[in-house]
Amino acid sequence: MTAAPKHAPTMAQMSLPERLAPYAPILLVVGLVIAGFVAIPATSSWLTLTVSGLAMGMMIFIMASGLTLVFGLMDVINFGHGAFVSVGAFVGVSFLLLLEHMTGAPNLLWNLTALMVAIIGAMAATGLMGYAFERVIVKPVYGHHLKQILVTMGGLIVVEQLIIVLWGPEEIYITRPESLKGAITFAGAALEKYRLVAVGIGLVVFLAMRYTLRRTKIGLIVRAGVENGEMVQALGYNLRMVFIGVFVAGSALAGLGGVLWGLYQEVITAHMGNQTMILVFIVVIIGGLGSVEGCFIGALMVGLLQNYVAFLEPKAALISNIALMVAILMWRPMGMIPVVKAK
Amino acid sequence: MLKTLVSGDTPRSPILLATLIVILICLAFAPFLFPGVRSVDTAARICIFIVLVASYDLLLGYGGIVSFAHTMFFGLGAYGVALASTHMGRGFDALLVGSVAGAGLAALLALVIGLFSLRVRAIFFAMITLAVASAVAVLVSQLSTLTGGEDGLSFKIPRALGPAFKFMDGELFGVKANGKLLKYYLVFISCFVLFLLMLRVVNSPFGRVLQAIRENDFRAEAIGYRVVHYRVAATCLSAAIAALAGALYAVWLRYVGPDTTLSMEIMIDILLMVVIGGMGTMYGAVIGATLFVLAQNYLQNVLSLAGESVSTLPLLPDLLNADRWLLWLGVLFILSVYFFPTGIVGRLRGK
Repeated sequence: MTAAPKHAPTMAQMSLPERLAPYAPILLVVGLVIAGFVAIPATSSWLTLTVSGLAMGMMIFIMASGLTLVFGLMDVINFGHGAFVSVGAFVGVSFLLLLEHMTGAPNLLWNLTALMVAIIGAMAATGLMGYAFERVIVKPVYGHHLKQILVTMGGLIVVEQLIIVLWGPEEIYITRPESLKGAITFAGAALEKYRLVAVGIGLVVFLAMRYTLRRTKIGLIVRAGVENGEMVQALGYNLRMVFIGVFVAGSALAGLGGVLWGLYQEVITAHMGNQTMILVFIVVIIGGLGSVEGCFIGALMVGLLQNYVAFLEPKAALISNIALMVAILMWRPMGMIPVVKAK
Repeated sequence: MLKTLVSGDTPRSPILLATLIVILICLAFAPFLFPGVRSVDTAARICIFIVLVASYDLLLGYGGIVSFAHTMFFGLGAYGVALASTHMGRGFDALLVGSVAGAGLAALLALVIGLFSLRVRAIFFAMITLAVASAVAVLVSQLSTLTGGEDGLSFKIPRALGPAFKFMDGELFGVKANGKLLKYYLVFISCFVLFLLMLRVVNSPFGRVLQAIRENDFRAEAIGYRVVHYRVAATCLSAAIAALAGALYAVWLRYVGPDTTLSMEIMIDILLMVVIGGMGTMYGAVIGATLFVLAQNYLQNVLSLAGESVSTLPLLPDLLNADRWLLWLGVLFILSVYFFPTGIVGRLRGK
């Protein structure tokens, strides 16, 4: 019989990698920006690409955030999320075309008012549509992933076709509001004004969302619901109502993303939502399903990488995102910031 | 004997049995029963889509896995044949090499995707396949020196399968006995064999385990089956068969292009066929594919007639436009997932 090992407590500071581990995802974004700086020869083009990468990332984040929360909260995977993006873009652009006298005038205030009207209109339309979508399409198939995927895909097909019925099959070309055209020069780099606006809107949405989730009671309930839904219901909260609210908010955000994306591309089609969903899914997967922060970081990484690679080697742009996803999944199989416990 | 041929999985419904026999007879004698370029073409498309849809059903209906990359595997087979025929010259050896290489590559790719996503959570698979498939579709249209880009590739198939080749003088029951007839029967017999093979697979112990995993993966794992291994194996098998179907499609059309093999529309078509025909039974693929391809080729005419008849009313003509038939299929699709999750075949079998 051997004696018990001697009690010898030690006290050591955590090693640097251990202390950095919680911040690894955000450090990856910084690392990516630095890698881009090293790989791209001219500083001015690096700056331009970084801004456009950030703008793209913000827009993808706006579209993806609703999807990831909906999944986290109710375990519902919505393949029809792209439909909201398309509808948002079409409604928003219709408003902008109606307000042509305001968008055409070289007056920043008028332009921004028109843009705001378009955004609010689009968000209202997609929010309402989200409510209907949840009631009619998603509600009967709770707790059944296979049926959810199939039914929401069916919903996407129907909505895309309805858009074609209402707005016609041709793609619609749009011009940005007058004072958002062109670029400003900063440190020798041309920064498109519209992209700066997109970065601003994206940051505001992210901060507002973070505030709501971290500092308000409803945010607390949502976060607790993602963590452990049954417990929240046992405490007397009607999680179904919360979920509908999140679904509507997520749909409205997708609509906002649709308007921004449409103005970014300057052309909208009924299928644009489904095309952006490819990037959205990559972002949601690498961020970790259910995590808003992960989604934000993932979106920035995808946007930056896509822009850097498209500059260095145009044909590899889309493949680079797949490679990024593979690398992240090898590192953290549940995504960068896993929130939802395996259900 | 017949029971062994269908691996003991009989239709179990007189109406279904009758329908299947009618479909089999129509497809087996299509060049004689419905002479005419368009109807034979429709018959060949039905054969190929039956195999493609059945291979998808192996994944969706039996494995409970949703994939959006099935057209990618389909395209791999098609491009395999096209590239082999272009670079090796026309000949049966090129067809063989192309289809085997396509099927092998498809299985390998499915293995990699499966190991990555199925290991963690089955739901990742749907999203990852969607992303990978669209990346491949973009890549194919960009690598135009190799794949012909958006225009696709036209290639020559062996002379024995062309209309100029006569394997006997005169006519056979009023049909020209040329290579075109041989080509149809190459497609038909290959599809028939592949279909019976899949019927064999799903009724084997392997297929039973897959069904068990679909019903309750946790329990299947507890009983001692490695769920991931079975799911990945099903993915690989279904990818390889889809690639073979793609190879046949390429041979039939003598052309491959992104629109005929890789597009998202075809993926949606496959989903519709599986769900409408009936998930979880191979016969559902037969019924679904037949109905869908027939509807695709002929129902659009009916729809345009309906559109003309209401042309005075507002909005209705737009809704009934022949180009909008996908709208009605989408509605039908949602309704059938809700109300007939077992599809037409499940209904007929009285489940």
